[in-house]
Amino acid sequence: MRKIVSILLLIIVALGISLSLAKIPFGTPKTKVGRYYLDKGVEETGATNIVTSVVVNYRGFDTLGEVTVLFIAAIGLGTVLTATVGKRRIETTPASLVLYTGCRLLFPLILIFGTYIFIHGHLTPGGGFQGGAIIASGFLLIYLGCRERRISRVASNMAESLGGLTFVVIGLVGLVFGGYFLLNFLPKGIANALFSAGIIPIIYIAIGFKVGSELASIIDNLIEES
Amino acid sequence: MSFLADYIYYIGAFGLILIGLYIILVKHNLIKVIVGLGILDTGVNLFLISVGYITKGTAPIFSRPEINSEHMVDPVPQALVLTAIVIGVAVLALALSLAIRLYQHYGTLNLRKIKEQRW
Repeated sequence: MRKIVSILLLIIVALGISLSLAKIPFGTPKTKVGRYYLDKGVEETGATNIVTSVVVNYRGFDTLGEVTVLFIAAIGLGTVLTATVGKRRIETTPASLVLYTGCRLLFPLILIFGTYIFIHGHLTPGGGFQGGAIIASGFLLIYLGCRERRISRVASNMAESLGGLTFVVIGLVGLVFGGYFLLNFLPKGIANALFSAGIIPIIYIAIGFKVGSELASIIDNLIEES
Repeated sequence: MSFLADYIYYIGAFGLILIGLYIILVKHNLIKVIVGLGILDTGVNLFLISVGYITKGTAPIFSRPEINSEHMVDPVPQALVLTAIVIGVAVLALALSLAIRLYQHYGTLNLRKIKEQRW
């Protein structure tokens, strides 16, 4: 009964969606604002990766909200999981030498790769969120391979707070200098150079630290619980 | 068959969305419901990206100054999906943590059994 009703409901949803989608052709340009960003983006922001200039510069305030959502989710997860009354520890067998050494060998390389991804966010595909996710995957590798090693909560919290603080402070400095929040007040430099695009690389590095430490703390909480 | 070739990404995206909705509506296991949420999330992301696609388009990155911006895909949906992926990860993690707590409290992940029990 429940299945029939839900399939009927899904058919209605599919009909409605396909009726409205029939008017949207595939593969044609649709928004005018996208065209504007492509034409003027490099000139106005200095970043050659237009997605980055949209995320950090044109819609920077939106990104601040997004980082806040991730922060609240990480806090909520920590609160929900650490409220456990009787904490039990499951004995784990130590990993073999090959696994242990391999994880410890790969960990710094993954960190360097993640850092590269978020430092070059304004030039190549990538950015703070992607680099942060790669760094968190390095921590996941350490947690799975060498289960007795833990990152210190203090360092993780420090990185997270510093990242968020840098983002907000840069936004406020823009407010002081030019009259609106997240103004790109630094010189834009030459396009395609590493030190270009004003505040975009700084904000993306801050986001990288914040996202990396938040995802690592989510992994830490989930592993601690299991 | 040109209809199918033209709309294959829309069809795939809405296939994923409908599969996710079906799982959320029908399944009783909480983990399966969360998996359905993840599939739904992926479908929405794929749909947004395919709306921004331009036929024979390239990535919106001026890696060399002489690149023409004529055939670049729309950057706005890509930026939105970048946002949506991160939010999706956060939502999934929060949902899983709630599932862990529910399991500790009730000893089961079956939604029907949880509904029958009292606090």
